[in-house]
Amino acid sequence: MATRAKTLLATTLLACAVLSIFAGKINPYYYDILISIGINIILATSLNLVNGYTGQFSLGHAGFMAVGAYASAWLSLTFGYILGTHSAATTATFLGALTVGGLIAGLAGLAVGIPSLRLRGDYLAIVTLGFNEIIKGVIQNAEPLGAQRGLGGMMQHTNFFWTFTFAALTVYVVLTLVHSTYGSGFLAVRDDEIAAEAMGINTTKYKVLAFVIGAFFAGVAGGLYAHFKQFVHPEGFNFLRSVDIVVMVILGGMGSTIGVCIAAVLLTILPEVLRALAHLPWLPEWLRPIVENRMILYSLLLIILMIARPQGLFSGIGLKRQKT
Amino acid sequence: MADQLLEFAQQLINGLAQGSIYALIALGYTMVFGVLRFINFAHGDVFMLGAFAGLYTAPKLLALFGGGPSLPGATAVLLVAMLICAAIGILIEKLCYRPLRDRPRLTVLITAIGVSLFLENAGQYAFGVDPQSFPEIIVDRAIEIPETWGAISALTITIGQILVVGVTLFLLLVLRFVVLHTRLGMAMRALSFNPVAASLMGVNTDVVISFTFGLGSALAGAAGILTSIQQPSIDPLMGINIGLKAFVAAVLGGIGNIPGAALGGILIGVLEALVVGYINPTYRDALVFAVLILILIVKPSGLLGKTEREKV
Repeated sequence: MATRAKTLLATTLLACAVLSIFAGKINPYYYDILISIGINIILATSLNLVNGYTGQFSLGHAGFMAVGAYASAWLSLTFGYILGTHSAATTATFLGALTVGGLIAGLAGLAVGIPSLRLRGDYLAIVTLGFNEIIKGVIQNAEPLGAQRGLGGMMQHTNFFWTFTFAALTVYVVLTLVHSTYGSGFLAVRDDEIAAEAMGINTTKYKVLAFVIGAFFAGVAGGLYAHFKQFVHPEGFNFLRSVDIVVMVILGGMGSTIGVCIAAVLLTILPEVLRALAHLPWLPEWLRPIVENRMILYSLLLIILMIARPQGLFSGIGLKRQKT
Repeated sequence: MADQLLEFAQQLINGLAQGSIYALIALGYTMVFGVLRFINFAHGDVFMLGAFAGLYTAPKLLALFGGGPSLPGATAVLLVAMLICAAIGILIEKLCYRPLRDRPRLTVLITAIGVSLFLENAGQYAFGVDPQSFPEIIVDRAIEIPETWGAISALTITIGQILVVGVTLFLLLVLRFVVLHTRLGMAMRALSFNPVAASLMGVNTDVVISFTFGLGSALAGAAGILTSIQQPSIDPLMGINIGLKAFVAAVLGGIGNIPGAALGGILIGVLEALVVGYINPTYRDALVFAVLILILIVKPSGLLGKTEREKV
């Protein structure tokens, strides 16, 4: 398992490096979608650790993304020129800002994880949603972070190479973690918390750990987003953004990393396809707004999926757990 | 000193009116939780549909009663909106939740989120995204308190506020009667006490669950009309925020507990009014979530709820 994952990681990283040579020649529109795919893979895979593998339903992933985005944006705006303007120096600052942004998001994950220990299911979903709103509210009132106006002016450091390197790293970390002996604890917490506790598993520790790791990668994804769009706004990290990520995890199949990655790719492309479809001449006029508003489709998808195939569309694809 | 007391009384009045709305919606959350043990995320959006049901039926219904705003006309609008919402609630349960009756709770929760998102976005499609002004079904103005009453005359009370509190009180009494003194109410209580035993004793589970959804949704519809009387405009996303606060109210009072939901609603409304009046209006939403997190950490069973042990 571990060797296969390592090979996978190495191949992906190599592919990233090779492909990034051509990235400059891609049409900016497609480039934008490509980067969004990478960022969404990070978000969905990290949320899958919490929602899928550990069975703790979090609805506030965009909140952690916001923490990472704002923290790294502020850091690179404030300390951007300390190391000088040489490209190696700015890249180092960028990576530093991303890491620290991720760590701060991880701290936020700790803050959410601890009170959520006593909660499960529905309550946890609402509390994480609440944290999402609280984080947004704090940013909206924080003058140094631009408050309601948003924060802009970062250099565009995020490129194809860095996005997919971090995406591959996230997938690697999550996969190797849950497939390790230590990581079986996550699955145990999900499958039967009481039984896991009876077997001597520290369920509290695993739940918090899942939150912290998930939040860290969400923070990194936020940092990548901030340094790609060069502008962040509190409304970009609202409840609906969280729902987007949750839909990716559910569609892909909770607890199936490969499925979730496929779903992240599909659901990033889907709105663009729908937008193109909405302009087809033969489409009846009343259908256009429905096609263009992806949320109607997403919500129907959620309902139908839960009734017909709750395990997700792509679960069962990819690396299988080894029988011992 | 007197001024401060008056100011405080004014905030209490405002809080009581808003709290009544939360209480009506919280009852729906709590009743559904009582019989099905899950949180109906879409409940806040049923409240929104109640407001829109009023918006579309009010002109026709008011015309039946002479055209202008009138008490019989407003009553008719209220009743029709409650009926429409009850039907929608029952329909949602039949189509979306019934096929999932014995599935894991997470599956039902995700479906409920899906239903909520569907109602919000389909609402934006059907009713338009922009806020619409609600027709005047009753004349809402401030009541003049005579000068001779002394300092109290400085208070402002609107007809809308009195109506909200009055109608809420009436509906609470009706609900109390239904739950305590009718066969369906008894079946509801039996189901929430022990579903297996209740169905063994001949309670028709499906009918009772439909009835519970209908009852809760009707109360949400009433809340939709009562809110629309007081505020200038309604929009398809109005249910999100109020729904969440009502949910917090239900948790505060002890979810599954009917008097608790009413108490929680009033408390949240008053607390919110005090924060708006004395601290900072921008904190009103964050405060409600803070209350939720605090309650869940300190006393997850709520003020009036019983602690339930999870059995293996």
